[in-house]
Amino acid sequence: MSSPILEVRDLCKYFPMGKSGWRGGGQDWLKAVDGVSFDLHPGQTLGLVGESGCGKSTCARTIVGLYPPTSGTIRFKGNDLGSLSPRGWAPYRRKIQMIFQDPFASLDPRQTVGSILTEPMAIHKLGKPRDRRLRSMQLLEAVGLNPRHLYRYPHEFSGGQRQRIGIARALALEPEVIICDEPVSALDVSIQAQVINLLGELQEQFNLAYLFIAHDLAVVRHICQQVAVMYLGRVVEVADRDTLFANPSHPYTRSLLSAVPHVDPEVESVRQRIVLRGDVPSPLDPPSGCTFHPRCPEQDQVQGDRCSVEVPLLQSCGSGDQQRTCHLDT
Amino acid sequence: MALLDVNDLRVRFETHHGTVRAVDGVSFSLDEGETLGLVGESGSGKSVTNLGIMGLVPSPPGVVEAGHVLLEGRDLVQMSDAQLRGVRGNEVSMIFQDPMTSLNPLLTIERQLTEVLELHRNMTRAEARRAAAKGLDEVGIPEPERRLDQYPHELSGGMRQRVMIAMGLLCEPKLLLADEPTTALDVTIQAQILELMKDLQERRGTAIILVTHDLGVVAGMADRVHVMYAGRLVETGPIGPLFKDPRHPYTRGLLQSVPRLTGDPDVALDSIPGQPPDLAALPPGCSFAPRCGFAKPTCELDRPALDLIPSQDSRSSACFETENLLGESDQ
Repeated sequence: MSSPILEVRDLCKYFPMGKSGWRGGGQDWLKAVDGVSFDLHPGQTLGLVGESGCGKSTCARTIVGLYPPTSGTIRFKGNDLGSLSPRGWAPYRRKIQMIFQDPFASLDPRQTVGSILTEPMAIHKLGKPRDRRLRSMQLLEAVGLNPRHLYRYPHEFSGGQRQRIGIARALALEPEVIICDEPVSALDVSIQAQVINLLGELQEQFNLAYLFIAHDLAVVRHICQQVAVMYLGRVVEVADRDTLFANPSHPYTRSLLSAVPHVDPEVESVRQRIVLRGDVPSPLDPPSGCTFHPRCPEQDQVQGDRCSVEVPLLQSCGSGDQQRTCHLDT
Repeated sequence: MALLDVNDLRVRFETHHGTVRAVDGVSFSLDEGETLGLVGESGSGKSVTNLGIMGLVPSPPGVVEAGHVLLEGRDLVQMSDAQLRGVRGNEVSMIFQDPMTSLNPLLTIERQLTEVLELHRNMTRAEARRAAAKGLDEVGIPEPERRLDQYPHELSGGMRQRVMIAMGLLCEPKLLLADEPTTALDVTIQAQILELMKDLQERRGTAIILVTHDLGVVAGMADRVHVMYAGRLVETGPIGPLFKDPRHPYTRGLLQSVPRLTGDPDVALDSIPGQPPDLAALPPGCSFAPRCGFAKPTCELDRPALDLIPSQDSRSSACFETENLLGESDQ
C-alpha cells in the first residue's frame, strides 16, 4: 500500500472548562478528542463515525488547523503540521480543505457564487483574475451546476445545490485531502444520493483522499474503504469497511449497527436490536476505565472489574487490520 | 367506523411569492391501534397535514381551505377553539420533532406535565404530580421524582424526547401525532424511543401517525405508508408490498436512493434527478413529471388522481403510467 498522505497520532484536543477545587486551583478539561490515531491514504476514504458529542467534528477541525491540537501529531506527507505557526500552515491549508455540514450557514449570503469560489484562489495568489473566473466556471461544471450561475447569490439555490457550491469551493485550491464533516446529513434522501455519487466521481477524477465524518452508517458504508468508530473522544474500533459491517468486534459498534433501521419491513419485523441503556455520559466527567462500560451489554463477560478500572488499548483483533479497544476475550 | 377520517384536507399559505398549496386534497382514514407512516421530503406537506388535523395551522399566513377531519365522527375543522382545546392533549396529542425547543425552558418538568392533567382530568396538583411521576417512569426515565423538579436544560436530548412522549400520553389519547419524533436523536437513542413507542402502543391501543423522512424508521414502525410529494399523496398501501414493489416512480426513486446496510456498497446509488419543485409555481400536470423517468408529454397536462392499483390489495397510486410500471410480481 502507498504511504499515507495524512498520519494522525495520539491527537488530543482538550477545552478548558472553568476552575474547580480550593480557590479555583484546579483546571477542568473537556477532553473532546483524547488520543486519536489513524492513517489516510491517497485516493481513499476513511469514515469517522459516532454519535453526537463523540468528538468527530472536533477531530476534523483540529486536523484542518481551526483548533490548535493539545498534543499529538498531524503529518501531511511526512510534515508535522501541529508544530507550525499559523503562517507556516498556509501552504498546507491549500492541500487540506473542508466541506461543512450545513449548506445554509457555510456560505456567505452577501457574496456571489463567483466571489465565493475565487476568494480562496485570490488569497493563495493563484492565477490572474480572469483565470480565476474561468476556473470557477469549470468548478461549477464539475459539480453539476450551470457555469452561468456565477453571479447569483447563495439564497437563490436549494440545499443540495448549495452543498455543491461548498464542494466546488473546497476543490478550488486543488486539494489532496478533503475533510467532509457530515456533508449529506442536512439533505433530503433523493438529493443526498446525488451528492454522494458526486463525491465519488470527484474522488476518482482528482484522486482525492476523504476523511468522511458521518453518523449515518449506511452512507458511510457506501463511501468509505476504512471506518473508525469513535466514542467519547476515543477511537474504539477501526477496520476496513467489509470487516466492520460484517463482523463488528467492539460491543459499541455492534449496538450502533444494530440500532440502524433497515429500509425493509421484512428485515425490520424479525430483527433483534441491541438497545443500549441510558445516554452517552458527559465528556466532562467520563466513566473510569473503559468509557463505554456503564452502557456495555457485554460487560458481564469480562472477569472482575477490569472494565471499570483498566483503560483498554487499541489492539488487533479478528482478521486483518481490525483493531478495537475492549477487554473482551483478552 | 374508523377512528380518524381525513377527507380532502387542503391547506394553503399566502406568501410573498404567491399562494403555496402545502396540502392539496389529502384523504385517508386510520383505525384504532394502527400506525400510519407519512413519508416524503422536506416541503412535501407531511407536517402541515398533521398541523391541519390538530387545527394548529398558523393563521395568517395559513388557511385551512376545505376538508373534514372526523375524529369518531366529530369534525375537528368545524370545532370552536374552546371545543378543540378539549380534544387537544386529551384525545389527540402530538410529539414534536425538536425536544430542545418544544418544551418551555422556564417551567419545571412537573409544571409542564401536570398542566394537561389538571386541565383535562380535573386532578389536584398532588394527584397530577403522582400521575406525572408514573408517566415518566413508564417511558423509562430513572428517578422520576427528582426529574420532576428539574428544568428542561438539565436533561439530555433523549430524556427531553421521553418527557415529550410522556406528556403526549398522560391523558391516554386515542390518536398520537408524532412529527419526526426521533430525527434529532442519535441512532442508539432513536432505537430506545422507537421501542418505547411500540411498547406503549401495544399496551394502550393508541393509533399513531408517524411523520418522517427516514424510510428505515417507517419500515420498522408502520402498518401502512402514505408517500407525499408536493402536497399530495402519490402512493398509499400496506408497508410490505409498497416497499417491496413500489408503483409510483417517486416512491421507487426514493427507495432506490437510500443507502442501505445490505447489498453491494460499491454500486452507485440511483438518485432522483433535479430538485424538489417550488410549491408556489407548480407545473399544471403531475408535479413529479419534470423529474420522472417514465413521464410522457401527456403527464404535463393533467394531474393524475390517486386511484386503486388493479390487482393489488388496498394500494393506490397517483400516476398515469401505473399500468406500465409493472412490478416484479407481475412480470
